[in-house]
Amino acid sequence: MAETVMGLHQEELQHPELLHHFAEPEQQRNAASLGMWVFLGTEIMFFGGMFCAYLLYRHWYFGDFGAASNSIDATLGAVNTAVLICSSLTVVLAVWSAQTARRALLLAMLSATMLFGLAFLGIKGYEYYQKFEEHHVPGPSFSFENVRIPRHPGEYANPRHAQIYFSLYFLMTGIHALHMVVGLGIFSWLLLMAWKGRFTPTYHTPVEIGGLYWHFVDIIWIFLFPLLYLIDRHP
Amino acid sequence: MSMPNVVPQQRFERENYLNQEYGIWSWLLTTDHKRIALLYLVSITFFFFIGGFFALLIRLELLTPAGDLVQADTYNKLFTMHGMVMIFFFLIPSIPAVLGNFLVPMMIGAKDLAFPRINLLSWYLYIIGGTIMLHCMMTGGVDTGWTFYVPFSSNYTNTKFVEAGIAIFIAGFSSILTGLNFVVTIHRMRAPGMTWSRLPLFIWAHYATSIIQLLGTPVIAITIVLVACERALHLGIFDPRLGGDPLLFQHLFWFYSHPAVYIMILPSMGVVTEIIPCFSRKRIFGYSFVALSSIAIAVFGFLVWAHHMFVAGMSVYAGLVFSFLSYAVAVPSAIKVFNWTATLYKGSIRYDAPMLYAFGFLGLFTIGGLTGLFLAALGINVHVTDTYFVVAHFHYIMVGGAVMGYLGGIHFWWPKISGKLYPEGWARLAALIVFLGFNLTFFPQFILGYMGMPRRYWDYSHMPEFQVLNVLSTAGATILGVGYLLPMVYLLWSMRYGKPASDNPWNAAGLEWKTASPPPTLNFEEQPVVTWEAYNYAELDAPPRMQEVPVG
Repeated sequence: MAETVMGLHQEELQHPELLHHFAEPEQQRNAASLGMWVFLGTEIMFFGGMFCAYLLYRHWYFGDFGAASNSIDATLGAVNTAVLICSSLTVVLAVWSAQTARRALLLAMLSATMLFGLAFLGIKGYEYYQKFEEHHVPGPSFSFENVRIPRHPGEYANPRHAQIYFSLYFLMTGIHALHMVVGLGIFSWLLLMAWKGRFTPTYHTPVEIGGLYWHFVDIIWIFLFPLLYLIDRHP
Repeated sequence: MSMPNVVPQQRFERENYLNQEYGIWSWLLTTDHKRIALLYLVSITFFFFIGGFFALLIRLELLTPAGDLVQADTYNKLFTMHGMVMIFFFLIPSIPAVLGNFLVPMMIGAKDLAFPRINLLSWYLYIIGGTIMLHCMMTGGVDTGWTFYVPFSSNYTNTKFVEAGIAIFIAGFSSILTGLNFVVTIHRMRAPGMTWSRLPLFIWAHYATSIIQLLGTPVIAITIVLVACERALHLGIFDPRLGGDPLLFQHLFWFYSHPAVYIMILPSMGVVTEIIPCFSRKRIFGYSFVALSSIAIAVFGFLVWAHHMFVAGMSVYAGLVFSFLSYAVAVPSAIKVFNWTATLYKGSIRYDAPMLYAFGFLGLFTIGGLTGLFLAALGINVHVTDTYFVVAHFHYIMVGGAVMGYLGGIHFWWPKISGKLYPEGWARLAALIVFLGFNLTFFPQFILGYMGMPRRYWDYSHMPEFQVLNVLSTAGATILGVGYLLPMVYLLWSMRYGKPASDNPWNAAGLEWKTASPPPTLNFEEQPVVTWEAYNYAELDAPPRMQEVPVG
């Protein structure tokens, strides 16, 4: 009995992060990781509603969506895609440096990820500004007159249908951006914890599941980019 | 065992989760799943009586054919808020957040749910959502119907739809977090020896429920966001004048709201699956069929949503497919009913209050399910759409099914939760009153609906012949109300004056009965190891001499 108590005590000393209701650190890590995967499943369903609406109206208003999509700056979208892919790389490196106890690299990679995230939001904000200037924000001042439908000579896009495209554009990218902001919050916290030296090769679950979340937000963008920017581009 | 270093002080009562700490903060900041379950119990009971109050006013209005008690606008608000409160703030959290929260870790031999702080967060989200809903109701309310169909909700109503939407959105996240906690807990926290095929079927039912909560609830969340944006900014996503499609709203809405019915009924089925073997003293008939039918219901439940839209202008071919799939979902439900009945066969049946509720559940769920098949048939559906037939059908499922199971479960596990026995005579009387009151309330509504009385009308003075059945229904609702008040009174009474319960007053199988009543904060004195199959009532009831075989 006394030995067991001593053993438990040592276990606790070795793993100060082990919560009382888990038997061992492995179980705690598996639970946290599964929890994040399940949560990301719910996120897919959350975005799924908007993708469903997008598919319906893309099918109904095929040409109008093409015309509206072409009014968006694909170069900025491409740059943002590159920025996010780079940020995924830095996240992976952050997880690796946490696993291998490279504190300086971990701090650098977490900061780099946040910088990429901020760059993405900045570019996104500039795109919104452009859309605002062009009166492409849905609402009373919306205007999309005399825009030709690509490859259909003499046909013009219906402004109301284009407005549905822009509604979905702002909702989908807006909610995606909101997830980026949450991600930045998570990474600020990770940075603080890493600064305090909380992560060790045996305990780095927060970096791992924070990274999972970040990758997920990137993947959403990988779907948004072609659907919103590239549907009717021709050389 | 050697003596512990510190000799404990003399105690008259074993330390348990209720008496370990006292004071308001020990409850409001607790991460113990059992205390959070009690927090939920108190809060959903509060909302149940608010929703019941609206139901009472609805039934009083329909007592006479003329619209004389309230005005039409008020009546619209009454049935809307009855629906919203009962569905989102009572039925969805009822069994999972109270009994599931309390029992899931205990049944699988864990010390707590996988994420205790997220569990507490889910209760706070529920309270925040509920407070917003209360504020919304007290400052004007909503009149869209709980289904808040567009374009009425997005363009026309001048009541507080957005506020109610925010309340439901937040409560939805509370439901998602509960489901997430259960899935991870069931996967990762099972005691040694607790294999998937040894899990109590209550756990399987909650696993299936959690899948629906996780995959369905986010869809209604985004639907609410879309409707709110549509209402605030006139985007045109659902507005046909701007090129949008109101049917898209209905598809998104029912993609959650049909499976939501299974969020309400599956946990109740889980409760009944625990009660029936215990009071028949038999192993459940067809364990794996009952387990997998829960999963089948969760999966098929996601493929039937458009049977709510047969008259909404949907393609007739889609209607055929959804009608067929709605019949298909009846198969796993029927498997369960047959297996419960087969479990009763040649059992040593005892008629204690939980079993009375389980019997009530069996009959009422069967009626509710079969009338659901009527509604899944395209022809009859056109005839009875938006009539009291539909109202009666879903109340047989949600009240006759879900609430009966909930009350049965509360009584069954009350000795474990409170450590006290409830008064059995009063409980049987209440179960009987609930059963009679329920049938008197809702059976006449089947007839009313089939005769053509539409739902959501506050005045039927052009059809005075409907009054007799409406009077019966209102009388039944009064009896039902008494039946619901009684348990609240005697359960509260028993917490102070009830006889102390033994650890296993029903001689039931299951890990939760192998620890103290009420359980210690960490559930078990030592880590349980499971070496037996679920529902091993034959072993439990074996005569003692069987165990006295001399070791040779």
